[in-house]
Amino acid sequence: MAKRLAVVDVERCVDCLLCALACSRRFGEGGLARSAIHVRSVGGMERGFVVVVCRACEDPPCADACPVGAIQKAEVGVRVDLQRCIGCRMCVAACPIGAVFWDEEREKPVICVHCGLCASFCPHGVLAFEEVADG
Amino acid sequence: MDRGLTRVLFVDLSRHAFRVEEQPDLFQNGLGGIGVAVELLRELCPQGTDPFSPENPVILAVGPLSALFPLASKTVAAFKSPHTGNLGESHCGGRTALAIRLAGYGAIVITGKSEIPVYLVVDEKGVHFRDARALWGLSSSFTVGRIIREREGGSGLRSILRIGQAGENLVSYANVVAESYRHFGRLGLGAVFGSKRLKALVIMGRRRIPVADKPGYSRLYRELHEKAVRSELFKKYHDLGTPQNVRPLNAIGALPVKNLKETRYPGDPPFAGETMAERYLGRRLACAGCPVACIHLAALREPYPDEPFFYKTTFVSYDYEPIYSLGTMLGGEDPEGYLKLMDEVEHLALDAMTCGVVLAWATEAFERGLITERDTGGLVPRWGDYDVYIEMVRRIAQRRGELYDVLARGVEEAAKRYGGEEFALAFGGNEMPGYHTGPGAHLTFLSGARHSHLDSAGYAVDQACLKEGRRLSPQELARALFSEEARRQVLSSLVLCFFARGLYDLETISNCLKVVGLDWDQESLEEFGKETLRRKYAFKVREGFDLKELRIPRRITETPTPFGRLEEVELRSALEEMGRLLAG
Repeated sequence: MAKRLAVVDVERCVDCLLCALACSRRFGEGGLARSAIHVRSVGGMERGFVVVVCRACEDPPCADACPVGAIQKAEVGVRVDLQRCIGCRMCVAACPIGAVFWDEEREKPVICVHCGLCASFCPHGVLAFEEVADG
Repeated sequence: MDRGLTRVLFVDLSRHAFRVEEQPDLFQNGLGGIGVAVELLRELCPQGTDPFSPENPVILAVGPLSALFPLASKTVAAFKSPHTGNLGESHCGGRTALAIRLAGYGAIVITGKSEIPVYLVVDEKGVHFRDARALWGLSSSFTVGRIIREREGGSGLRSILRIGQAGENLVSYANVVAESYRHFGRLGLGAVFGSKRLKALVIMGRRRIPVADKPGYSRLYRELHEKAVRSELFKKYHDLGTPQNVRPLNAIGALPVKNLKETRYPGDPPFAGETMAERYLGRRLACAGCPVACIHLAALREPYPDEPFFYKTTFVSYDYEPIYSLGTMLGGEDPEGYLKLMDEVEHLALDAMTCGVVLAWATEAFERGLITERDTGGLVPRWGDYDVYIEMVRRIAQRRGELYDVLARGVEEAAKRYGGEEFALAFGGNEMPGYHTGPGAHLTFLSGARHSHLDSAGYAVDQACLKEGRRLSPQELARALFSEEARRQVLSSLVLCFFARGLYDLETISNCLKVVGLDWDQESLEEFGKETLRRKYAFKVREGFDLKELRIPRRITETPTPFGRLEEVELRSALEEMGRLLAG
């Protein structure tokens, strides 16, 4: 069964950034340059946080926006064909929740692939890697 | 090794200029954090430098594990302290370490003095100098953060360090606030910022950090993460936070109450961690890279007196040390009063610990008639009267009138002017932390390089000895604290949170360093710790410090500890042994 990363209760977020840092370790590196999940405060630490990550749209606008067909809908979320991508950033502009991030070094988009690694490092139950309901 | 770490950013506020130097040797030999900062301080701060002169460098340093491993979340600041006139070293969490590392620097050095108030934005490309004239004099450090937050980019990738009115007015224990609730708290970094007309420092970056052994890195990270979230090591910080200390310290009679005239509340202390959590805990926060989330925010709901059904809810962070200094030291009975005072201290950006000890001294001095209403400007400080204390801290931050001007320099100066030295609770010029557990605690305050309880945690040695029913000789105690302080130099060079000390033994540290491409075995780390501590001590001696001349406030030998009354001669003899160990 396919699984999807979900932000289940953002009120529990403490801004530890373990999710974003875990995402970078996919590539065996530290930092946030290629992280596909980001956290920022709503407007001051005391007001809580926003966790920005791909929510695996049923009809993804980023795929529609790509002029060369480099973004294809996958079973869950999308996949980017980096060979085909021309680095035009149309996908970044198209995503209304800001979940298409940018790898400045390679000039390519970074979009969550719903691997669930970040959720396994979330100590406070903000993120969950959950089964996608049929249909 | 990551070359980004070896880059040192030099900022000259006098000329509004900056440059970056790669200093691989500095980081090869000094690791990072305090190991690097103390070396830069020795080099860049000429002997006898006035802390408020443009020459005094502000050095911020991170280390090879920063942003890479769990709880490697701290930044070290080194400077000449305007409060003690000697070594200034302060540690801060929040996003500071992550931001500095991801902006591509191992250290940031700020010297000079700007002609007009400025704030700096540091990113991967360098430094932007921004006019801060419109921010100067704002009554709240929170507002400063709010304005900069909206004006600058990098949301979620940045750290915003700022000072308040106390720093602008050179209160010698003004602090620097990061991310609203974390601080470079002690020894007056905020006043050094103020003397340079530096209102704030924004640091942002999202660089990647390469490691030498990729699979090894992920494996080791997971192992440490599992340990951190599963083990009991962090339970106390996680659940109640540091205020879980209040009840146990009260129970053994080691909780300083009313300027250490007393050591316990007869009933349950009003600020127990359990009570605070039950009544006020509104949100928890973590430093970047920390699964523990020890930062506890109280939600304080207050009605406006002038309009019915109109409320405000303020979030105030609470921790053990401010609870001690602004709560129990002031004989407080009312947690809401304490939270309101704490909130004001945050707005003004003062070191909460020193601030509380100063207010406690003033209350006792008033009781004894050393100062009168003529001095206080009509205010009557009384134990637990928070409305008066709130007004007093405002006057201190603004240095309004002679008394407050003196109080803005700490209890040592206050006692020199008004008397009451025997109950002026400062060690090496820095006000006392919240432990009257026994000789260990006080030996730490006296001999620790920062005169901070965290230097060598003598309070923990005391508590362990109490449990085991034994007492160390002065020499044994000195040796135990020396070796602990030396070990902590390794942690503060990497830079790890001290709460992680149980997670990171030297073997683990050696493995972490291997993964990032550095070869340090346990023995060389141990040696490095001792050497770094001795370097700090050498700097202090160069600047006129002498262990033999330390003042021991009579109050600490008069008020019994759980071990009974302390003898000054015992502490002196431990200090003598410490002097031998530090000289090497």
